[in-house]
Amino acid sequence: MDRIPILHVGALLLVTIQVDMHDQLATNLQEDLTLRVSETHAKGVLIDISALDIVDSYIARVVGNIAQMSRILDAHTVLVGMRPPVAMTLVEMGVSLDGVSTALNVDKGILLLNKKIDD
Amino acid sequence: MPETIDKVLHLILEKHQEQLLEKWVASQLHSGEFRSDLVREDELREQCASFVALFVKCFSQKPDTDVTDDVWAPMAALLTDIAKRRTNQGFTPSETATFVFSLKRPLFHLIKEQSQTDAQVTERLWEISLVLDKLGLFTTEVYLATREDVIARQREEMFELSCPVVQLWEGVLGLPIIGTLDSKRTQVVMESLLESLSSTQSDIAIIDITGVPVVDTLTAQHLIRTVSAAQLMGARCIISGIRPQIAQTMVHLGVSLGDVVTKSTMAAAIKYAFEFQGLEVNAKDNKYIGR
Repeated sequence: MDRIPILHVGALLLVTIQVDMHDQLATNLQEDLTLRVSETHAKGVLIDISALDIVDSYIARVVGNIAQMSRILDAHTVLVGMRPPVAMTLVEMGVSLDGVSTALNVDKGILLLNKKIDD
Repeated sequence: MPETIDKVLHLILEKHQEQLLEKWVASQLHSGEFRSDLVREDELREQCASFVALFVKCFSQKPDTDVTDDVWAPMAALLTDIAKRRTNQGFTPSETATFVFSLKRPLFHLIKEQSQTDAQVTERLWEISLVLDKLGLFTTEVYLATREDVIARQREEMFELSCPVVQLWEGVLGLPIIGTLDSKRTQVVMESLLESLSSTQSDIAIIDITGVPVVDTLTAQHLIRTVSAAQLMGARCIISGIRPQIAQTMVHLGVSLGDVVTKSTMAAAIKYAFEFQGLEVNAKDNKYIGR
């Protein structure tokens, strides 16, 4: 599999990453998402990584890029469901994910996105 | 290369085992160092009896000075048991080692009586002395190992005790930290906090550092790391309980907590958390006010 499905729900785009991310997959996701954001005029992007055990610095950077690109296309990005070990590793590596909002789960993520869209 | 002890020696030991035991017990009881407050006479006698029996048995099976051999394993087990029991009874390590060393006197007497020439006496004394010294030192090692076990267990307990995560309200976790925050502690604190955030799906964590004596650059860095990890997971952290003196030293040291929300007391932090969640605390009825 070299593509991650992107679901269009209301004004939001929903991405659930279920497989281990490799670099090509991450780059594809970045391209697909920016394309879909401009196509659908989505106001928010929600990326769920609760199934991921490993997030390396490249993937973290891609997520940061996605957030910035979506922002330019007028969409907010929320990253949800990061597991404790992943968070600890990212902090150890000094990755800060500036500009990316985070939430504990999809539910809270959608609430946060709607709030951001309303503001 | 272990020295082989001459073959007659273990025969002597076997033959006079009873006599040796009696003399040993008697010498310990009358040595003036006998701690009747810590150990009873019958217990001492029992320990001596099993020691002498094993000593003679091991010696006849493998008459050399190598006590690390498998044949001596039961002896090691017995000594471990005795040393542990004596440690618990309040004996010092030297007293426990002296227990073994005190066998020398009756044993040397016996060897002297049973040997024909002076050369034989010297040789046998030297060999038996080597073995007993090794056994005596072994008890000291056991003592140290027991102590180290205790220390390791206490350290572990301290780690567990020192970072409890409590749920203050639905969606609000509290984490009172007591004691110095070093990197190992931070790791434990961070782990338990993140796990609790994930399991309770709480939005807010209040880290209370009232019990942290000093906040230096390193501690601040550890705190910031914990906060950023929680933020990556989608939770918000508040640091509370920074005492005025600590705030002063932090500024003097140039320590910065970044854009972490800080509150002076836990109460203020809880209030902030409630506001963040859109909650409000009101008195139920006016008549209860002031009671």
